[in-house]
Amino acid sequence: MASHYEAPIRKPLVTGGKSYHDVSVDIVNAVEGKANKQWWIVFSIALIMFLWGIGCIIYTISTGIGAWGLNKTVGWAWDITNFVWWVGIGHAGTLISAVLLLFRQKWRMAINRSAEAMTIFSVIQAGLFPIIHMGRPWLAFWTLPIPNAYGSLWVNFNSPLLWDVFAISTYLSVSLVFWWTGLLPDFAMIRDRAVKPFQKKIYSLVSFGWSGRAKDWQRFEEVSLVLAGLATPLVLSVHTIVSFDFATSVIPGWHTTIFPPYFVAGAIFSGFAMVQTLLIVMRKVSNLENYITIQHIELMNIVIMITGCIVGCAYITELFIAWYSGVEYEQYAFLNRATGPYWWAYWSMMTCNVFSPQFMWVKKLRTSIVFSFVISIVVNIGMWFERFVIIVTSLHRDYLPSSWTMFSPTVFDIGIFLGTIGFFFVLFLLYSRTFPVIAQAEVKTILKTSGDNYKKMRDKNG
Amino acid sequence: MGNLKKYWKSELELSSDDSTIDHLKNNEFIDQLPTDPFLSNKNELEQSNTNRRDFLKYLGFSTAAATLASCEGPVNRSIPYVLQPERIIPGLANYYATTIADGFDFANVLVKTREGRPIKIENNLKSKVKSSANARVHASVLSMYDNMRIKAPTLEGKETTWDNLNKSMISLLESMKDNNKPVVLLTQSFASPSTSKIISDFIKKYPNVFHVVYDSISDSKALDAFEVAYGLRALPTYDFSKAKYIVSVGADFLGDWQGGDHDSGYVKGRIPERNKDGKANMSKHIQIESNMTITGSNADKRIPLSPSQQKIALAKIFGYISGNEVGGELPSKLDESLKKISEGLKSAGSKGLLVTGIDDVDAHLITHEINELLNSQAFKKDELSLIKNSDDKKITKLIKDLNKGLVKGIIMAGVNPVYTLPNSKDFISGLSKAEFSVCFSMKNDETASISKWVAASPHSLESWGDNELVYGKYNLTQPTIRPLFDTKQFQDCLLYWMGSSQSFYEFIKDNWQKNIIKGSTWNQVLHDGFYDSETRQVLKKQIINPLERAKSLSRSKSNGIELVLYTKTGLGDGQQANNPWLQEFPDPITRVSWDNYLTISKKDADQIGLKNYNVANGALDSNYALITVQGESLKVPVIIQPGQAEGSVGLAFGYGKTKALKKEMQVGVNAYKLYKDFNLSQNVKLESINKNHEFACVQLHNTLMGRGDIIKETTLEVFNTKSAKHWNSVPKVSLNHIETPVTSPDVDLWDEFDRSIGHHFNLSIDLNACTGCGACVIACHAENNVPVVGKTEVRKSRDMHWLRIDRYYSSEQTFEEDIETKENISGISDSLSVFGEMEKPADNPQVVFQPVMCQHCNHAPCETVCPVAATSHGRQGQNHMAYNRCIGTRYCANNCPYKVRRFNWFLYNNNDEFDFNMNDDLGKMVLNPDVVVRSRGVMEKCSFCIQSTQAVILKAKNEGREVKSGEFNDACACSAACSTGAMKFGDINDKESEVTALKEKDRVYHLLEYVGTKPNVFYHVKVRNTDET
Repeated sequence: MASHYEAPIRKPLVTGGKSYHDVSVDIVNAVEGKANKQWWIVFSIALIMFLWGIGCIIYTISTGIGAWGLNKTVGWAWDITNFVWWVGIGHAGTLISAVLLLFRQKWRMAINRSAEAMTIFSVIQAGLFPIIHMGRPWLAFWTLPIPNAYGSLWVNFNSPLLWDVFAISTYLSVSLVFWWTGLLPDFAMIRDRAVKPFQKKIYSLVSFGWSGRAKDWQRFEEVSLVLAGLATPLVLSVHTIVSFDFATSVIPGWHTTIFPPYFVAGAIFSGFAMVQTLLIVMRKVSNLENYITIQHIELMNIVIMITGCIVGCAYITELFIAWYSGVEYEQYAFLNRATGPYWWAYWSMMTCNVFSPQFMWVKKLRTSIVFSFVISIVVNIGMWFERFVIIVTSLHRDYLPSSWTMFSPTVFDIGIFLGTIGFFFVLFLLYSRTFPVIAQAEVKTILKTSGDNYKKMRDKNG
Repeated sequence: MGNLKKYWKSELELSSDDSTIDHLKNNEFIDQLPTDPFLSNKNELEQSNTNRRDFLKYLGFSTAAATLASCEGPVNRSIPYVLQPERIIPGLANYYATTIADGFDFANVLVKTREGRPIKIENNLKSKVKSSANARVHASVLSMYDNMRIKAPTLEGKETTWDNLNKSMISLLESMKDNNKPVVLLTQSFASPSTSKIISDFIKKYPNVFHVVYDSISDSKALDAFEVAYGLRALPTYDFSKAKYIVSVGADFLGDWQGGDHDSGYVKGRIPERNKDGKANMSKHIQIESNMTITGSNADKRIPLSPSQQKIALAKIFGYISGNEVGGELPSKLDESLKKISEGLKSAGSKGLLVTGIDDVDAHLITHEINELLNSQAFKKDELSLIKNSDDKKITKLIKDLNKGLVKGIIMAGVNPVYTLPNSKDFISGLSKAEFSVCFSMKNDETASISKWVAASPHSLESWGDNELVYGKYNLTQPTIRPLFDTKQFQDCLLYWMGSSQSFYEFIKDNWQKNIIKGSTWNQVLHDGFYDSETRQVLKKQIINPLERAKSLSRSKSNGIELVLYTKTGLGDGQQANNPWLQEFPDPITRVSWDNYLTISKKDADQIGLKNYNVANGALDSNYALITVQGESLKVPVIIQPGQAEGSVGLAFGYGKTKALKKEMQVGVNAYKLYKDFNLSQNVKLESINKNHEFACVQLHNTLMGRGDIIKETTLEVFNTKSAKHWNSVPKVSLNHIETPVTSPDVDLWDEFDRSIGHHFNLSIDLNACTGCGACVIACHAENNVPVVGKTEVRKSRDMHWLRIDRYYSSEQTFEEDIETKENISGISDSLSVFGEMEKPADNPQVVFQPVMCQHCNHAPCETVCPVAATSHGRQGQNHMAYNRCIGTRYCANNCPYKVRRFNWFLYNNNDEFDFNMNDDLGKMVLNPDVVVRSRGVMEKCSFCIQSTQAVILKAKNEGREVKSGEFNDACACSAACSTGAMKFGDINDKESEVTALKEKDRVYHLLEYVGTKPNVFYHVKVRNTDET
């Protein structure tokens, strides 16, 4: 599927004069080598956060949701904010691996593996929240349409929460299959290099008997294409459905038809920012600067900038439509967002999501690693606030002023959120030490067309 | 792997031909296994479907079943009746008519009992006297199941026997009598003919005993005034339904003023019913008061005045009506409106009524004089209220005598002077000088704990009694359960001590049969709970010299700030302070629960430096005021109260108790300390203290923000002159660019339910009739086992009330102006500032109450979003909630436009963190067995009392008849408790029902109609009589 010619005007995607062997060695380095001190420090911090989060979850489940800061008016706050935030982050992986594959964007090859890993890990975090936010999480399986002995009891297919159940589980399973399919040749490569019997055993298990025959490669390509085709609609559907949780309701500020595209754009926005955050660190720590180049970072920054603009457009459209609707409740809901007691959340969101990506118009800034890193974190903070603003500011002052109140988080709200961040990093750090973090087999396919030494060679020899 | 080793059993086995071996072998299983009967029948075997695999399945199943069955299941101890009592059918409720009169609250009620235990109080509508129970009366059933009650008599804090107590008392009384040492009987007002008789007999037997009547909040001056005016120590009664022009000067007559129960009469005149020519009439109500009360909230015009100004105003009204000059200084604008009011009263003539709550003899006398001048029909001359007969002078004298050592013994009943006396220190020191003290009390309260003897008393639901609350009209109190503890009634003891062999029950029966009942039987009267002897006292007016009194009133002055002491709807005089329902009951005006506080106007608060502020989770805080009255100081938290008269502050009685109540209930400050000289208004000094106080307020936002479709209201003039389109327009949406009403099926995305058969329940709420009294809130609490969550949880906005009464203030002078202000907003910057302003209530705002419960939407937003279909629609119009199915996503609550759904954040029963009635076995006896107690993690809400409506339907079915009109209304807890008729519940498929007729009225609207939820609860537009002429 890869074409064998790349225009000389294109910058090389692999730098450092790498040979095929170099690629293998560079990528397998982390797996075969020993973890350094920094890894252990970061891992320990993540693990402590994770355990802390587990403690908070256990406390919540054993005493009740009252451990959180919710009340009769604000029934969701950090729980669903975190859920939507994590699901959103999970969007970049599929977009990079599936959509960019269909669009033949080869720069994705350096980042798709980690982006997809991130997707899966963040969807796991996201999946936690709908379960633990339930008053009776031990009955969570009732949301599945399982034939049962309770008579005619069945799930309610009208409920967007039920659609979520299907959307998220489909997304998780398709992403997992897609990811693992891509991993097969790479696992096989590690297996082939492995000298320790245990390692060899494990990697032969996870590589599903990859033999490297032409037939294997042919099937691999076909499956990838089919899965990409399957996954592409999911990129759009998952967050569309998540947005239905709000869009199909009657609460001013939630009941908004713009939500599906707005949420999808926001999800890609935050997903790319998270990929950026992770890869900027990883390329440094795992010495992958030659694979994840400034060019990659710049391209991701451009996506962040564009989706940031889309999101900004959506924010302004919302305000306009609220005014244009002539419905006083809608008008007040949005006025209250921007100027009410949670104005600081709204303007944090605006600053982080709409204003900060505008810096990316400047080439110097979007090719600066430090700046990109800062912006990527700012964007994710902003996207968290976006969900918080949508959920809490709409609920806390809805129709009847008699019910108006405020929300303020407790240590358990905060603890669980930090716990999921810890859990995410625990998974990601373990992944970075045991998985091939770059799809080396794919990178090798473009080495001759886009490797800098080959490009130079071609320039010289014509 | 078989074992190939050969084990020898005996050496005989060596010789193979020995027969012993065979013999032994044959002996091992003498009988053949009985396999032949079924194995031999090959035919049958082949036909059988049970093969080896099936056999293994059966084996596996039975093993598993046996294992499961051996696990221990939950043990529910329930003891069946060995001998079933007559008339008790398990599962069916019995009702008993009785009367509750605790010296502060008076009501004729029906008590609902289930399997012998009282679980709910309902109005005894057949009785014509005090037939509307207020929130406290409804809650009193829980006070009976109070674990802090005294369970047996005590002597110096140690449990003793009644035998011991009675014997000691008789010998004590005898010796006191012999030595002629004075003994005092200190009791509450008993409006009880039999008790009066017993006491007089007791005094005959022991002439050294004298009787002092003392009520915590006495109405003594009103009694004095009436005595002066009419020669009788009683209180007047009023029929507000006969008044077309009502002026109240400081009388909270919809609250606890003179025993309460004026609301149903008042409301009769407040509903604008159209007559034949389409014009409607309603009474006009003008309220002059200091504190914002529910009466003032319901008034058409409210003038906030401090108590001293009220006195001048009253004098001036008298002057204008009688045509005399009385003097007195008031601002000219105010004087103008007083003139108008006087003219209004005069032109209303006999349809006018003036009442006062000013704690002053002259004020009451002038009021009587004005009503006489008007010849007011509402002032009932043939009825005397006998609820109170205390005298402040007597208790003052008693304290002096006690301290002088003149009183040697004291017997107390129904009083808690150590808590309720302003000079309780004097009382305590005096009490220590008496030789003995006996306190009849339900609790080891402040007084009981320092009395030598505590005679454990029963709750009124466990007691016998009789009452003559109104002259000539009698009521009976009967026990609805055998006394829970080793208690005896005060009257029983008096009878025993004077050597009578009669019990109080026998005494009452005897007395009634001999002296009271004429033409009826004891059993009939006991069944009804009331008896009207039809004897009446005719009042004769004495000469009272009103002009002099008015002149002296008009000279009243204030020194600085005046304190107005009042009682809150929740706790009243504080008798039931250990009742968690009442503590959690939000005040109708301030919406604060679990507290009392100083109410103060914004202007005064700013001047003194008192403030209210909200913390991060929205909860309300304040700093403290140091309030000083005659050297007595109290630190009190503050609520800035819109409508509070400048120069006045308010503080409620009933809080700050420290004895005989759980720690959670020890809230607030004791305002009795400031009740100096038993005067409800006091001159005070105020300072601010820099100390934070945390409130538990259920409504944090006070204004309506100009949202006219939540509370629709209009004026009587518009109501009478314009069509309903103008004042009650149905919201419209655009359908293909044509404005279409939201009620039209064309703009409805939903399929209608088939409503043609069966019942279809609707609840009608008339905003003109709702006074905000809150009886429905407690009735709902009792009926539906609603949990109490405590102050800290309420503070987190997690109150569990299924029914709440929203209270809104206008931010301009009227709600109409609010809407205008909102509509005149132009541009974004304007809207920012105007909406900010609209959050602040006006200084003297209009007030409106709106009861809100689940609206039972026909197109319910909650139903579509529940992933597990735990909430779904019923055939009878209810929105059901299946608690067992609920997994607690709270999506339904978020999507509810009315925010009526309540989530069980924690386990509220059997949980020491929530140590209220659901945490002890006694308190749990109040639970309604027909309603499930919800576990944690599930959503709950109003069910339209489905347990009761179903019971009504089943009863009718059993009796082979149709449901009678009104039966459903009495089944629903809130509508049954509503004595003003603001709430009416019924079946709109029954064309004859009251609710069907109500639904046809042009005032009907639905809450947030434009959302399209099609609720089964509908409201009636509030009409205000702002007509100035």
